Amino acid sequence: MRRRISGFGPALGRRTPLATGAVLLLTLVAAGCGENDQSTLAPKSSASDQIARLWWVMLVASAVIFGVVLVLLFVAVLRRRGAEPATTKGGGLWIPAIGGIAIPVVVLTALFALTLRTLPKTSPAAASATGLTIDVVGRQWFWDVSYPDKDVRTANELHIPVGVPVNVEVSSADVVHSFWVPELNRKIDMIPGQVNRVTLEADRAGVYRGQCAEFCGLQHAHMAFYVVAEPRAAFDAWLAREAKPAPAPATPELERGQQVLLGSACVYCHTIDGTNASGKIGPDLTHLASRRSLAAGLIPNSPGYLAGWILDPQHVKPGNKMPATDLSGTDLQALLAYLESLK
Amino acid sequence: MATDVQRLERSWAEPAGLLAWIGTVDHKRIGTRYLVTAAVFFAAAGVEASLMRAQLARPDEHLLGPERYDQVFSMHGLTMIFLFVTPMLSGFGNYLVPLMIGARDMAFPRLNAFGYWVFLAAGLFMYSGLVLGKAPDNGWFNYAPLSIQPYSDGPNIDFYAIGLLFLGISTTVGAVNFIVTILKLRAPGMSINRMPIFCWAILATSISIVFAIPSLSVAAGMLELQRSWGFHFFDTAGGGDPLLWQHLFWIFGHPDVYIIFLPAVGIVSSIVPVFSRRSLVAYDWVALATMATALLGFGVWVHHMFAVGLPQVSLAFFAAASTIIAIPSGIQVFAWLATMLKGRPVIRTPFLYVLGFLVSFVIGGLSGVMFAAVPFDQQVTDSYFVVAHFHYVLFGGAVFPIFAGIHYWYPKITGRMLDERLGQASFWLVFVGFNLTFFPMHIAGLLGMPRRVYTYPAGMGWDVYNLLSSIGAVVLVVGILVILANLVQARFLGEAAGPDPWLANTLEWTTSSPPPPYNFARIPVVRSADPAWDGVSGPSDLVLPEGHQTPATMPLEGDPAAALEMPSESLVPLAAAVAIALICVGLIGDLDWLAVAAGVATAVVLAFWHSPREAGPLEPAP
Repeated sequence: MRRRISGFGPALGRRTPLATGAVLLLTLVAAGCGENDQSTLAPKSSASDQIARLWWVMLVASAVIFGVVLVLLFVAVLRRRGAEPATTKGGGLWIPAIGGIAIPVVVLTALFALTLRTLPKTSPAAASATGLTIDVVGRQWFWDVSYPDKDVRTANELHIPVGVPVNVEVSSADVVHSFWVPELNRKIDMIPGQVNRVTLEADRAGVYRGQCAEFCGLQHAHMAFYVVAEPRAAFDAWLAREAKPAPAPATPELERGQQVLLGSACVYCHTIDGTNASGKIGPDLTHLASRRSLAAGLIPNSPGYLAGWILDPQHVKPGNKMPATDLSGTDLQALLAYLESLK
Repeated sequence: MATDVQRLERSWAEPAGLLAWIGTVDHKRIGTRYLVTAAVFFAAAGVEASLMRAQLARPDEHLLGPERYDQVFSMHGLTMIFLFVTPMLSGFGNYLVPLMIGARDMAFPRLNAFGYWVFLAAGLFMYSGLVLGKAPDNGWFNYAPLSIQPYSDGPNIDFYAIGLLFLGISTTVGAVNFIVTILKLRAPGMSINRMPIFCWAILATSISIVFAIPSLSVAAGMLELQRSWGFHFFDTAGGGDPLLWQHLFWIFGHPDVYIIFLPAVGIVSSIVPVFSRRSLVAYDWVALATMATALLGFGVWVHHMFAVGLPQVSLAFFAAASTIIAIPSGIQVFAWLATMLKGRPVIRTPFLYVLGFLVSFVIGGLSGVMFAAVPFDQQVTDSYFVVAHFHYVLFGGAVFPIFAGIHYWYPKITGRMLDERLGQASFWLVFVGFNLTFFPMHIAGLLGMPRRVYTYPAGMGWDVYNLLSSIGAVVLVVGILVILANLVQARFLGEAAGPDPWLANTLEWTTSSPPPPYNFARIPVVRSADPAWDGVSGPSDLVLPEGHQTPATMPLEGDPAAALEMPSESLVPLAAAVAIALICVGLIGDLDWLAVAAGVATAVVLAFWHSPREAGPLEPAP
């Protein structure tokens, strides 16, 4: 997938050899691919674009300053080599006066002004100025996602309409996590007992990967999620589907699969809306089959991976809170068929 | 004079034998102990770093599971910060400060020995957790509530909390000792504006320590109260607040960055003039910049917390503070550059390491200023970009100067020269390995790789940068082994150094290498900031041959005030350290009787130590 690299204007406008080299290098690295990309340099929203522009400006300024220091260093060291009797005193004060005070004061003031200008664009918009609110609660180690207006609950996946500012309210049910979708906005920590907000507004349709950015224990590395930005109509259809209870089993095998689930320990932690399963500790499974991934972005949502996960989740994601389930072959097949039917 | 020197030898030489060796209060022996012990911890942290780089060399690697990885990265950070860099610089300070200011020992020699023993015991205490497989596993920052039950049930975090409380005693007494030594024991004539910049740096760091460590100790104490005695400081369910930990930790944590960094740049300010063959340009600006950095360091802690959901006004305030703190560092960098430009630089290994420091530190400083741009900080904080940045500042900014200092003062400490070719080879290996290890982390972070992950999936664009980092780590390790080989060979084969192999400007080079136990036979008198260059400073007629005596002077002017009687070797500091260590063992092992008994023993030892009989002036030597 070809991607647009925003923010190159300022970088290429005032280039130095070093800065050009750095830009070229980073152009190469920004050419990631597909929905596994979570690069801060491939912004898909105006907020992330603003941050990326800030970065390129700072990179160029830094490269220039670094270049000057390097030149001075080379001049100092390579010129007039050789030990001579030491030590005249005095003089040279203008060098730290200009390089250490005058220039930094100008550059840092400019940087601070730029910061103040960018800050509001990446800060959360007033809730009234947004078109939709999504609650996300961090848990060890998945994302509990709900749409309070529609009584929809899902996990590890946010769907948002393209071009609409979405108010995401985040908190945590256990330890500190951090909500981060680099292509859409800066990160925001999820802190128990506190609700923080961030605004996501995707410029165009796509799937954007996010990941927990605050160390949260054993499986911090495997706490990812996806933001699916889709056109309004597709989003509305998704939301309407998610708001419905789980479809009733349509065949005897699915019936049996549902019984396996309801008769096992699954129900203590998981909810399937429309059944007696109403545990709140684990991810909501009402529309499990509609999701892209399992175990918070760790493995694809396919029957084979799902079977492996159910039988031995500790092998897949050591330390996670789900115990292994011992099932006969036929029970497992029925359970998988049932879970796969939860579209 | 000969008789004076003989009398000095008699009264300052410590008796032979194991007990006297253990009980030494000679700042040079204690300093060397700090240096060697910290180097051993550096090796441990290096092994931990190597394990991490092996684990992260490829995506989805299974070499270390999450449980081991979390302990390894936590111990790497804790070791590097608390058990390597700080004590290593404390070792340089211990060895050098009295020599640089023309004193015969630290102001409180027994407290000095006590500080070392506590450091050693606290380090062993924290590492005993790793031996048991229960080392701290929540990072050096140890955020709540992950650090409390039910999220951390084992003793892992207790090793952290109790270990840091224990270690804080060592750091604090060391700092107090440095402050008094630097303010009171300078040679006659060394007014405060003639003091070596290294001493300014140690003074600034020590003042920072005295104000910063209490915040860490309070946090660690509250954490242990919560974990073991049912208090509720950090959990919302009990009315506590997880952010309280973050504030307390970073009120300590950011000043600690400068506590690490300032002595390191003090080393740089010592080496630059010597190898530039010229006095430091803008000496007083550099001294003021050093103090300003220490002060401003207390006003920027919130930039570690820009993503916790603060109002824009707070963000703007701390952004401004974090911007301003760049200026004192800029002054220092350009003062060094000016010194080199005005001088006639001679390239030797210590100076090469200083040049490596300058290049790395400027990169780290520039990426550091970027964090003051709040939205950018909020984007890259807790990503590998931060890991890259702080290794440029801490490895580039502190470890390079430490390596420079080792190559610079090794001849003074051992009396032997290091091999110059091995030294230069080690520099290039370390410099290339360092940059190859840490530069790619900038890019991995910009590409969205979070830090503190034990593994990562393929296909994120991160693989190649992680592989480069791991290859760089191998080069870096080889470079460090070359340094080690050089240190070992020179100990036996190095040519004799003589008192002043570098034609240097400060007082430590005016005495023999290694210096005698009394440092200076005749107390020097100082008339400029470069006493070994100015041609007018030099040994005075003051000898003070009786007992253990060193002159005290006035804090600002350096005018003579008194002759102080210094204590001699003693086992009491070791006993006090062991007693406190046993309190810690009792606490972590849930052995209440042991903790109480050791607490009583501590009180008894301290009372004995401070009883007039013990602390009074010694009998003058015959």
